Amino acid sequence: MTTTTFADRQVELTDDGFFADPSQWSEDLVPALAAADGIDELTDDHWTVIRFMRKEYLENGTGPNVRAHGKTSGYTEKQLYKLFPKGPAKVAARLAGISKPRGCI
Amino acid sequence: MDLSNDKISIVISQGSLEGVYPGLIMANGARAEGMEANLFFTFFGLDAIHKKHQEHIKVATVGNPALHVPTWAGGLPGVSSAMTQVMEHKMEKLDIPSIPEFVELISDTGAGLYACKASVDLFGMDKSDFIEGVDDIITVGEFYEMAHGGHIVFT
Repeated sequence: MTTTTFADRQVELTDDGFFADPSQWSEDLVPALAAADGIDELTDDHWTVIRFMRKEYLENGTGPNVRAHGKTSGYTEKQLYKLFPKGPAKVAARLAGISKPRGCI
Repeated sequence: MDLSNDKISIVISQGSLEGVYPGLIMANGARAEGMEANLFFTFFGLDAIHKKHQEHIKVATVGNPALHVPTWAGGLPGVSSAMTQVMEHKMEKLDIPSIPEFVELISDTGAGLYACKASVDLFGMDKSDFIEGVDDIITVGEFYEMAHGGHIVFT
């Protein structure tokens, strides 16, 4: 566990960079989180995916993996990988302030 | 952990259902972690990217002790097809894609799909035999160049 500062706010992150406490997250942190993950420009599509991730987590206790995401979010897996080349589920979960989705597919 | 600088090259050399899926799952999982991933299909593994064969990949029911079916029974007509249906049904329940869909998805993730030149020549195939997502037919030397600096997994 590490304490890191994003947009002048201190947040607790797990060792692999996910929010330890999702309640510490708010949307104003997203641009700084995105920059840390190599995404300099957040498009509307990025925001839609991040908000979808957050909503799924709040409703189900976990964010969707890429496969589930591709089936339910309205974006194909191809589009998701274009938006988040370093791994759609992993990076979008990090930006949405939730834990890493688990799953092999 | 940031794995986005890691690279994996996975060789799929078998044409049975249980011989193809592990490599596909590993390649897909590597891309989900942000890793660079390439799949190299060789020998009977070519069936997984072959237009006509990829929909008909079956569980090997002979000489497969972990299936807990006697070898003589596994060889009876229809047993392999029936066992494959059971397996596919179970996989569908877990939302594991079929092989054709999975290969296409993996191509969509940005992973490379390559066919082994020696095997393609051996079986008298050419690029037109393969699905659209296949990037190229390459030699073993070209494979090593592509895999250089990363890990190689042989399945």
